[in-house]
Amino acid sequence: MGIESALGEGYLTTKIDALTNWARANAAWPMPMGLACCAIEMMAFAGPRYDVSRFGSEVFRFSPRQSDVMIVAGWTTYKMSHAIRRIWDQMPDPKWCIAMGACASTGGMHRCYGVVQGVDNFLPVDAYISGCPPRPDAVIHALMKIQDKIKNEHSVLLDT
Amino acid sequence: MSLELTESVQKLVDGLTESYSEKLIEVYNASGHTYIRVEADALLDIVKFAKEEYHFIFLSDIIGVDRYTSEERFEVLYNILNLRTQDRIFLKVRVPEEEPVLESLFSVYRSANWLEREVYDMFGIRFNNHPDPRRVYMPDDFQYFPLRKEFPLLGIPGSIELPNTTPDTE
Repeated sequence: MGIESALGEGYLTTKIDALTNWARANAAWPMPMGLACCAIEMMAFAGPRYDVSRFGSEVFRFSPRQSDVMIVAGWTTYKMSHAIRRIWDQMPDPKWCIAMGACASTGGMHRCYGVVQGVDNFLPVDAYISGCPPRPDAVIHALMKIQDKIKNEHSVLLDT
Repeated sequence: MSLELTESVQKLVDGLTESYSEKLIEVYNASGHTYIRVEADALLDIVKFAKEEYHFIFLSDIIGVDRYTSEERFEVLYNILNLRTQDRIFLKVRVPEEEPVLESLFSVYRSANWLEREVYDMFGIRFNNHPDPRRVYMPDDFQYFPLRKEFPLLGIPGSIELPNTTPDTE
């Protein structure tokens, strides 16, 4: 069934920005960066109970080349930060980042020499999730916030 | 001092008293375990003796302690087990701050390899004749020892590198 049979005869006008943003917002594939307990909640977020495929984000690719959203789930050591940044750099633009949980956002309870006190020290974070660990609903909420952000972007044509 | 020792630990203590009496500093019980403090220079011989004569064949853990005193600042505990009688003892040695060097137990227990590396990583206590004296947790070029008492909890700013956040630009 093509789009012709759904719309019948005729045509549709829109802005190319609106169209690409709509497509991007509803197919934000996550790059799971599961480092600690938050990763279990992140798995539940993709599983059948919370079912994030309703939002087009169920495809955990495990490959940075095919991902749009990086979910940093867990505490980040200085040693691990280099691996995370490398994976982030391998993701194609445009891309977004979620700092999931207290540890990824601020270092959390790991207030010590080995743990980076918030991944925003080396990543451009779009959404922070509070909680330790946050419920899968909270991850969905963050994803929806990113969808809102994507829908308001000037993605193709710049204002001149 | 009244000591309640199990049979095999009593045998070990008797054997040590017989062969190494001048290297034995104290034997005491605490928290249900037996602690034997010995001179650092006799550690390797004593461990060999305990392994070969009294079947303490399993080195379970090595623990570093920063006592933060002016004399003999560091302490190292060796947790060894007799696998026939399931007895556990802790051997203790103290090392001074200026020259924190001990003999490696790798020739007796293979498990000493990583355990001694960990103690070196966290306290800066070096081990002679260690086969692979690298750090375990901290980066190789890290200059400090995090579990020493004077090390600040949040670390020393800038001592560990974060990734470059602008990789595509010069």
